[in-house]
Order: sequence, then structure tokens, then C-alpha cells
Amino acid sequence: MTIAPACPLPLMQHETVQMAHGAGGRLSQTLMQRVFMPHLHNSFLDLLDDQAKLELPAGRTAFTTDTYVVSPVFFPGGNIGELAVNGTVNDLAVGGAIPLYLSTGFVLEEGFSLVALETIVMSMASAAQNAGVIIVTGDTKVVGKGQCDSIFINTSGIGTIREGVNLSCCNLKKGDCIILSGTVGDHGMAIMTSREGLSFQSHITSDCAALNGMIGKVLDAVPMIHAMRDPTRGGVAATLNELAHSSSVGIEINETSIPVKPDVRGACELLGIDPLHVANEGKLVLVVPADCSETVLNVMRAHEHGRDAVIIGSVVNDHPGMVVMRTVFGSRRIVDLPLGEQLPRIC
Amino acid sequence: MKYIDEYRDPLLARNLLEEIKRKATRHWTIMEICGGQTHSIIRNGIDQLLPDSIELVHGPGCPVCVTPLESIERALLIAAKKDVIFTSFGDMLRVPGCSKDLFMVRSEGGDVRIVFSPLDALQIARDNPLKEIVFFAVGFETTAPANAMAVYQAAREGIENFSVIVSQVMVPPAMCAILSSPDNRVQGFLAAGHVCAIMGYEEYEPVAREFNVPIVPTGFEPVDLLAGILKTLELLEEGRSEVVNLYRRVVSREGNRFAQETIRKVFEVRDRQWRGIGLIPGSGLGLRPDFSRFDAEKKFNVTHICASESPQCKSGSVLQGILKPDACPAFARECTPEHPLGATMVSSEGACAAYYNYHRNAYSL
Repeated sequence: MTIAPACPLPLMQHETVQMAHGAGGRLSQTLMQRVFMPHLHNSFLDLLDDQAKLELPAGRTAFTTDTYVVSPVFFPGGNIGELAVNGTVNDLAVGGAIPLYLSTGFVLEEGFSLVALETIVMSMASAAQNAGVIIVTGDTKVVGKGQCDSIFINTSGIGTIREGVNLSCCNLKKGDCIILSGTVGDHGMAIMTSREGLSFQSHITSDCAALNGMIGKVLDAVPMIHAMRDPTRGGVAATLNELAHSSSVGIEINETSIPVKPDVRGACELLGIDPLHVANEGKLVLVVPADCSETVLNVMRAHEHGRDAVIIGSVVNDHPGMVVMRTVFGSRRIVDLPLGEQLPRIC
Repeated sequence: MKYIDEYRDPLLARNLLEEIKRKATRHWTIMEICGGQTHSIIRNGIDQLLPDSIELVHGPGCPVCVTPLESIERALLIAAKKDVIFTSFGDMLRVPGCSKDLFMVRSEGGDVRIVFSPLDALQIARDNPLKEIVFFAVGFETTAPANAMAVYQAAREGIENFSVIVSQVMVPPAMCAILSSPDNRVQGFLAAGHVCAIMGYEEYEPVAREFNVPIVPTGFEPVDLLAGILKTLELLEEGRSEVVNLYRRVVSREGNRFAQETIRKVFEVRDRQWRGIGLIPGSGLGLRPDFSRFDAEKKFNVTHICASESPQCKSGSVLQGILKPDACPAFARECTPEHPLGATMVSSEGACAAYYNYHRNAYSL
């Protein structure tokens, strides 16, 4: 018996990302059909067109984009996929927009696990569903081993700005209350303590969450809120400094009122980091007229993402552009922008 | 949080402050040696709360700040070399050399990594046998045992692709230099708690006697610092030149004998240049001849590199307590954390950085 020489069939079942997965050919289709579409499919994506055709409600539109390069890709409390959805949803929502549609672009490193990719895609689908947004278009590129680290994701988002809402960093007025939705530093410290080279264990989990639900309820109750920001990179300190600078006002905060989880505080103490400089991914800073602050607090505290909401300070006319903290001892110090990158690839 | 909250208790702090106000009958100048203490004082605004009669001046205890410019220039040269993985504590990366810092070397393609311990650097050496791993061993007596241990282990395991740039300095000779200076204003010291944890406080007793100054080892939390200031004040008011240990939860008279032994095994006492201050005899540590093959400066043949300081930077006076950071003409003008003239503006223990971060425009606070 002779075995006829045959051209071997191309291997279609892979456990890891191959260069051909991004080449537009058969493997690209396989990736689409087996990994992306089962979880993300909807009436827009199902058409497999090069673009999504959208009808937007009347009014002003908000549009934002962000790229996610977090390392590690899976971290306590989340992964890069849900971060990429929630982060962009939050960027729309803090501008007073109702987030509607997202696009997503993947840059995959050759050799990245397809099981991991599918887990990430599933998280994106579930995060989008929770936030009430639809992923309407997407793209995938594969780069050679070592040319990116595992997976980078870009998401852009479109939303419609609510009627009668005017949120801006330039709106701060003397006497406004500064409200913080909960504990600071959870995301940054979850990433930091899960990095290689830091050999201590903790139970810190990321606060990664979509905040548009809570923001919607707050704006329904108090549309005249002056400003809203999600304090991500640079932490609450950077956000407050940007607000003070944009409105040319001073901000005063009380050290005793800043909520920090004990684990996060412990990790910050060990590493010599100020929790106010650490990134958050599910927190909100609001600037509200003093007479509305109680209403805002009540609405926030009734929501799962705002249970620990608290007034941390107020807007003042002194020291414009500067954030000053009253310490537990009654002295005062500047709360500055963090210098440089505290920890690269936090989101 | 246990062992933290007790030492940040506002009521305890207030009582100590009242006691300080009650006991101070005249003006006293007290120096806290350690940059970590300086940062805690400025960050918590302890200097604002003290009566005018107690003046705190900030000492030279910032290892990054006193690392000589030429060591940094040599580090930059080594870090830029192909096949070198340069490791350092994070603080060192932003310290300016003559024209660049280690971050810039990294952006130009140098493999510069932040480590949290010299033993991590040694692990990198084990993992990368084809690369040369260099660790920037800076610090006071606090970091000396771990740095010594890394070299000792490298020798024991025969790890030949590991070497260190040594810039180890010691506190007592620096205190003697400050006290001997004709410009000296310091009347009492808060000694650096973590240095004393290693070395004990016995070696400060002759300094206290010779120069007629009280010395109080203390910790870094506000209550530690206030208790230390109160004790120094009491000793000054009573004219007692003694060493009184107020950091008893960490410091003993004899210190950590094992750590001291490790230092002695690997290092020997040398004269050393301090950035901005100059040569202080017997103030540094260098590798003993048995370990000289781990000397990165010799290994990479950079010992001839010399450098001179910007004349605008007054960090030498700041580090000796002669000049307050905000009294420097360049402070927050030509010299900022983004564009530092000296290391005191970028180190997490530098006095200029503490003033800039927490106090700048203090008049508006």
C-alpha cells in the first residue's frame, strides 16, 4: 500500500492567536464566527458591514474614545474587556450623556490565548448589556509576538446629552459642595498588588463599574449639577486639580472625610503612595450647589455604586487653581497633581 | 490600622503640641535628619502647628539627594549600554544628571527597571545569564544590609553577571560635619528612626557628648515626631546633651547586630562625596577588596567620569539646614519637579520636593 502524497489541510483549530487571524482571510472569519459574534451579535454587527448606520435621537451628541492597555489583562475584580466598555460609558455619562453605541478595536499579540480572548469578549458583552449600550462596529488587528503585550482594546462611544443638563469643569462656583461616590484607590491598588515583582497578597478588588445608571438617577433628581468627573488616572487629586484649574477657583477638602478601604490604605502605606493619587474605575466626583447636596447624596446612597457617597469638601475663592486639604491635625497642605506616571498601564 | 492610627491620633498630637508650647522658653533650632521625617512634617503640617520658638531645619537624610552627580553620570552611561539591565529604586530614575536622567535613558532604548529590593535585581541576574545586571546601591545605613546581602549572595552563588554602583553613606559623620560647620545653627537632633533600627543609638552618644547636643531617635508618624520634638526641647531646656530613644518599638541601643555584621562583611568605611555638600571623611561605604569584582564602575570602566554641579542649585545648603527650600532663589521658578536643578526637588525624601508638593505659595494657605 502506498500513501499518496497530499497537501496537508490548513490547521483551522488554534488555541492561540495567529497572524492569519488578522489577515482578513479564512482564519479572520473563523475568529469572527467562533469568538466575537456568538457573544456580541446584534442587528448592527450581524450585517458585517464596514460601518454601522445609526439613527441618533434629537439633541446634542457626545462622542468619546479611549484605549485600554491595562496589565495584567485579568486583574482582581475585572478584566480589560469590561474596563474598556465601562471606561468609555463613564466618559460619556460624566458629560451628561446617555451612552448609546460603542465601537471597539482590538490589537492582539500573536500567541495570545483564544480562551482568554473569548473570556474578555464575553465580559465586554455582559458589561455592554449592564450599561445598556450596543457595540455596533469593530475591528481586529494582529501584530507579531512582542510587538504589543497580549491585547490592547480601543473603544469609542456615542451618546445623547440630556436636555437641560450642562456639566462642565468650568462651572464651579464658590460654596459648591464636592461629593465623592465612595472609597478611593481600589482599582489602582488592585492592579498594583497583582503585578509581578510586588510579592504581597491582598484582597483588594477593582471598582470597575459603569456609572451611567447612577448618574442618570442623580441628574433626574438634580439636573443643575455643575460638574462631574470619574477620577481615573491621577486619582481624585488630579480630578480636583483639573476642576480647580479650569474654573479658576480653589478647592478645600477634609482629610477625615476621604473614604479609603483598610486594605487599600495598608497597601498605599507600604508603597508610600497617596490614595488620592491612585486610579479609580468606578467612582465619581460631583460638584453640586450646596443646597442640592443632600438630595444628591440621598440618590447616590440608594444606588449600589454610591453607597459610601460623602461630601469631601467645597469650592472656595482663595488659592485659585489649587486644592488644599485640611489635615486631621488642623494644619493645611496642598494636594498636588501626581508627578509623572505612578504606575504605567493602569487602564 | 494597627500601629499607624495610634501614631496619627489628633488628640494625642494636640496634647503634645500644648506641652511643647508650655515648655519652650526661648528659640530652639532642631534638625530632623531623615528626609522621610521631613516629608511627614511638611505633609502633616506639623511645622505650621509648632510655636514660633521651635524652628525645624531639614537634614541631609535623603540618599537620593546626596548621591554625587558623578555617580549618576556613571549610572547613565552604564544604563545606556547594550546587554545591560539597569535596576534601581524608583526614586533614582528622575534624579537629574548633567543633561538627562534614567527615564530618558530608558526612552532611548536602555533597559532600566524599577525594583523594590536589591534581591529582586539579583533574581533578574539569575533569570538573564546572558545580560549584565547592574543595581544602583544608594542609601544610608538602612539600605546597606540588603545591598550588602545581594552582593554577598551573588558571590556565594557565583553570579558573575551582577554588579552594583555603590553610593552608601552614613549619618553620624554627616552630623559631625554639620555641627563642625561655622554656619551651623542646629542645637538638637531628631535622629533617623530606621537608620537607628539597624545601627542602634549607641554610636550617637559620643556625638552628643562631643558637640553638646541632645539627640532623640524617633519615628515618622506625627505623634512620633511631636514626641521627639518635645523630648529634644526638654533636653535643651534642661541643658542635657544626651541620647534618648523615643522609637522604642523599633530601635534598641545596640541595633540589629546581624545586619551590622552583614554590612561589615561586604563593605568598608571610605571617604565619600555628598552631592552639594562635598567630601565628608569616613562617611561612606565601599566594597571590600574580596567583593571588588561586583563594582560596576570598575567593571564598565567609568571611574574616570567626573561632573560638576549647577551653580544655581543650593541643595548643599538645604541639606545642611542652612537654607530653607523656599528661601532658594530658584525654588518653584527655575527649579520645579518637572525641571529640577538638583535631586532635592525630585526625591520622595527631598526637602525641596516636600515644600513644593505640600507648601508652595504657603502664604495662600
